[in-house]
Amino acid sequence: MKLKYDVVVVGAGPAGSLTARHAAEGGATVLMIEKKPEIGAPLRCAEGVSKEGLKKVGIKADRSWISADVSGARIVSPGGKVLQIDEKQAGNEVGVVLERHRFDKAMAADAARAGAEIMLRTSAVDVIKKKGKVTGIKARSYGEPLTVEAGCVVCADGFESQVARWAGIDTSLKAGDITTCFQYRMVDIKHDPEFCEFIIGSMAPGGYVWIFPKGDDTANVGIGVLLSKLKKPGEVKTYLDKFIAKDDRLKCGQPVEAIAGGVSVCAPLDKCIGDGFLLVGDAARVIDPITGGGIVNGMITGMHAGKVLAKCVESNDFSEAALQDYETLWRDDLENKLWRNWMAKEKFLTLPDKTLDSVIDTLNEVGVERVTVYNLLKAIRDRHPDLVKEFEEFL
Amino acid sequence: MIVNVEKCMHCGACVGSCPQNAIYLNDVVLEFTDDCNCCGRCVRACPVGALKLEVKK
Ligand SMILES: Cc1cc2nc3c(=O)[nH]c(=O)nc-3n(C[C@H](O)[C@H](O)[C@H](O)COP(=O)(O)OP(=O)(O)OC[C@H]3O[C@@H](n4cnc5c(N)ncnc54)[C@H](O)[C@@H]3O)c2cc1C
Repeated sequence: MKLKYDVVVVGAGPAGSLTARHAAEGGATVLMIEKKPEIGAPLRCAEGVSKEGLKKVGIKADRSWISADVSGARIVSPGGKVLQIDEKQAGNEVGVVLERHRFDKAMAADAARAGAEIMLRTSAVDVIKKKGKVTGIKARSYGEPLTVEAGCVVCADGFESQVARWAGIDTSLKAGDITTCFQYRMVDIKHDPEFCEFIIGSMAPGGYVWIFPKGDDTANVGIGVLLSKLKKPGEVKTYLDKFIAKDDRLKCGQPVEAIAGGVSVCAPLDKCIGDGFLLVGDAARVIDPITGGGIVNGMITGMHAGKVLAKCVESNDFSEAALQDYETLWRDDLENKLWRNWMAKEKFLTLPDKTLDSVIDTLNEVGVERVTVYNLLKAIRDRHPDLVKEFEEFL
Repeated sequence: MIVNVEKCMHCGACVGSCPQNAIYLNDVVLEFTDDCNCCGRCVRACPVGALKLEVKK
């Protein structure tokens, strides 16, 4: 079968759905394909987002896809020192724990209502190029071959990020820029349901353990470990199992879901556009290198991409030059922060447990009003001269 | 590359980690293309240890 659209979006995650929606709202004909039989499933996420972030992409919180409203976040150091960030202090940076099974479907539904078509169980297997320009994709839909011609191919295929690489942008990562994750949905545990918890230190090398409340006695309990710190196969799951076995609040519980996944924690790519294609979301490697959060960043790129694509339809020009507006818009929003947080991540993973304890101490001493990486660095300079050497290059 | 299908969770961590873009995950089936150069990174990237490198003679 052969089809033709202005825009074909590969991947129906939050980034793809927002691209599809905004492009369709602006008048583009849009097809969004998803290789899995169900959007939003299986889960590959801890599901934490900020209310501020949702607002930024114009999405109104809806009870149907929120599992829990939290009052803040807690960062716990290896020595058990706790930094508590309340919602107000964090400027709404913390906020809600989603139910992504529903959330992703709701985002796709908005795209559909805007006029986008959706095909499930349809997997892109290659891009089509004519004279160096991407003109469509080859796919398999319910097991049958399918060709889709399009003005623009949107690479929204998540961490796997294969479509971009077929199209000609190298999104491959260094081992030090990849975090691999394992998570249980645990029930019958005794965590604080009001706080998202991040536990840092050598029990999660280069990453952290998270406990994100899902209501009542349930939470997403997971771990991310930097690939460059892994030695043995299957070590990530072992790290998490060990942590749970030692934690009194968790060891009494049981898992009802186990998931795995990869996250990029890299500096921004040099380029996210080309003739006839662009990259959004995890495929564009826009995950925050410190937190590993990518839902909001992905939606920001999707929103900008969709709007720019709608304009490209008017002039029927999907060249790299025409897509430049997208590149400018998403970089204005995210690039500086991604760079800064990547540099901070590179620094943090060199710090021994003892230093992490003093970093948390520092933050508590100053009572950071708005916890941002910038404020953290400033607090270190002002209060902990012993740490200045470690953070010199940032100050 | 040997995939232990009892362990594989189809999460795609290996796909995104592959420097060669040589792994394809069709929903639940992992395939390795000829571009695989047996660097072994996917073996470590797999969160559950489902991959094994076995060099053919
Ligand atoms: C364990 C874990 C915990 C996380 N926790 C958080 C968190 O708490 N907060 C947060 O903000 N972020 C978190 N993230 C990151 C977050 O999940 C991603 O940033 C987010 O899902 C990115 O959205 P996306 O639309 O770019 O990609 P995805 O949501 O990954 O969507 C990509 C879609 O493309 C599809 N696809 C892939 N290849 C093809 C193909 N060839 N053809 C067709 N379809 C294809 C996939 O099936 C998938 O549905 C976490 C990630 C992991 C792994």
